[in-house]
Amino acid sequence: MIPPIAKMLARHLLKGPHTMKDAPRPDPDGVAELAEALGRRARARLGRSLSIREVDAGSCNGCELEIHAVNHPIYDLERFGIRFVASPRHADVLLVTGPVTRNMEEALRRTVEATPEPRWIVAMGDCGKDGGCFAGSYAVVGGVSDVVPVDLHIPGCPPSPRQILAGLLALLDAADGRLG
Amino acid sequence: MMGDVTLLEFLSLGQRVEGHRPWPRFVLDLRGWRLLIDRLRVAEWSVMAQWAERDHIHVALRDETSGDIAVASHYCDDRRFPALGNVRPGVIRIERAIHDVWGLTPVGLEDRRPWLDHGRWPSRMPLAAQPMAPPSQPDGYSFLQAVGEGLHQIPVGPVHAGVIEPGHFRFHCQGEAVVRLEERLGYQHKGIEGLLQGAPLDKAQRIAARVSGDSTVAYSLAFARAVEAATGCEVPPRAHWVRGLMAEMERVANHVFDIGAVCNDAAFAVMLSHMGVLREKILRANDALFGHRLNMDRIVPGGVDRDLSEEGAEALKHLLYGFGKMLAKGYKLYENTPSLSDRTVSTGIVQTSLIHRFGAGGFVGRASGRGQDTRETPSYPPYDKLDMTVPVLTEGDVNARVLVRFAEAKESLHLINRILHEMPEGAFRVPVPEVAGEGLGVVESFRGEVVVWLRISAGHVVERCHTHDPSWFQWPLLEAAIEGNIVADFPLCNKSFNCSYSGHDL
Ligand code: SF4
Repeated sequence: MIPPIAKMLARHLLKGPHTMKDAPRPDPDGVAELAEALGRRARARLGRSLSIREVDAGSCNGCELEIHAVNHPIYDLERFGIRFVASPRHADVLLVTGPVTRNMEEALRRTVEATPEPRWIVAMGDCGKDGGCFAGSYAVVGGVSDVVPVDLHIPGCPPSPRQILAGLLALLDAADGRLG
Repeated sequence: MMGDVTLLEFLSLGQRVEGHRPWPRFVLDLRGWRLLIDRLRVAEWSVMAQWAERDHIHVALRDETSGDIAVASHYCDDRRFPALGNVRPGVIRIERAIHDVWGLTPVGLEDRRPWLDHGRWPSRMPLAAQPMAPPSQPDGYSFLQAVGEGLHQIPVGPVHAGVIEPGHFRFHCQGEAVVRLEERLGYQHKGIEGLLQGAPLDKAQRIAARVSGDSTVAYSLAFARAVEAATGCEVPPRAHWVRGLMAEMERVANHVFDIGAVCNDAAFAVMLSHMGVLREKILRANDALFGHRLNMDRIVPGGVDRDLSEEGAEALKHLLYGFGKMLAKGYKLYENTPSLSDRTVSTGIVQTSLIHRFGAGGFVGRASGRGQDTRETPSYPPYDKLDMTVPVLTEGDVNARVLVRFAEAKESLHLINRILHEMPEGAFRVPVPEVAGEGLGVVESFRGEVVVWLRISAGHVVERCHTHDPSWFQWPLLEAAIEGNIVADFPLCNKSFNCSYSGHDL
């Protein structure tokens, strides 16, 4: 018997990837164009690599689910050289989710300190902006900018993959000046 | 003598509380509470959830023989209560957390270290009648010790290497082998119980939907059912079916994604891609049908906030067909890849006896022989009209948890299909009566049983609400599962459990 993995690999070689094609009508909202533009800009500015370290500072984990989605074959952020990395020391961008809980405040600060300059901090989700529906709790500091300086905010609860792509694109545009 | 007493017979020694629905609540005096603990030593009653309010302690129990559910409460006049943790180890952390947040002391509990409180809040015991001043600096944490030749510690977290929630793991290892794992959680603590207290209904409903984002449908459903029970709200039949549809979509999306993630941690990345595509199909369908990829805030007390259109139902039927075929392919790939089985078979075993002792549910329980599924017992609409099979295995390893998930995902596709075909016509939402009451909502999330208890005033203000995540009874078992395995298998074990941090930390 041919092992299933061999069959699958063969099929994918012949048929090509899933990315943006097999998905049900990906384009009415312009995701493909958005991703292209993002890729072009990342390359022009950063020489094929933008490394993102995700930090969950107290989210409900909804935001994380959508970050996973942009990594999957359909959106496949990596094809543009934008990667999620394991350590803040490898990162250009910190993507921070959640209202910052008091129990995560120090860990977030230390993660930022461990990230080399130049670095950008993106606050993701409605919680990341001002604490969202958790604002005002004794256990929550507030939005990400209440703890560390934030360069950009991606709105949504959770932001859709499209919004995440648009946010990263906006970041690259805004980063222009700082990169020189 | 003891064995014959049912839960309800026993609790009727206490005083029954009026207006608690759909299951009764009884108040026990100190003697009664102590007797309850004695009974729990021998009786086949499992703890479903435990929570506190300013001067009361509550526990929701299920009689495993008769299936009866009831809540027992005790008034703690001196802010102390005899702990249940010694007879039911699953609640030790809950009781530690209760002390941290509400300041009620679990008497007799050996482990009295703080759990959610890391010494960083503006006060100690923030929800107690009289909170105490905060410590001058954050608490250290005394991890349990392991002593022996060649033992070393590996601290991991709270910030992990992947896109994952924060928590701390302390490994004691000898070479590659893990001698002991100890978890320290609480980093995600957002003070949800405090926020829910005194919140108007619509605000509370939004917060409840965000206790754990991956189970947002399950939480809004449990919350809605608790409100409806408390107020005697009759939900129109169609709403139940739309809710069931959303719940099953959530289950499938999570199961397929986690299957992919487990395989990815065994260095078999192609499965993650395969399953990622499947997950995306569901999320897009959710978006098209109900306007949100995770269906957040779509279930509301009184029904659902929008109806399923006829075209939507047709499109979904079409999608399901291809989806089922792709899932079957994934299953075949999983089953026939020896390098994968090599990592998952007999890794991270949890004994059946331990599962029962902790009353662990969901796929973690079902992979180790405990077949409890809330959709089946006590059941709730629309599941009472759908027959379903609950897959149960006994091996208790990573492989068994993956296989249970494959089987559950397949079953969910079948349920969605039936829901689409049998859904009745009619209204999808009714107003919630403005009456006061207490209610318990129990539903099955993809992870296991979610319990929501609340008391609501006639003015639709939530006076007290507690949300219980199934992870409470699963996290401690992860510590047991990893023992004797190698460090490199931890991600695999952890993913195969996929406990919620946010839902647990609250
Ligand atoms: S923004 Fe929404 S999805 Fe993201 S963490 Fe906050 S509540 Fe969760």
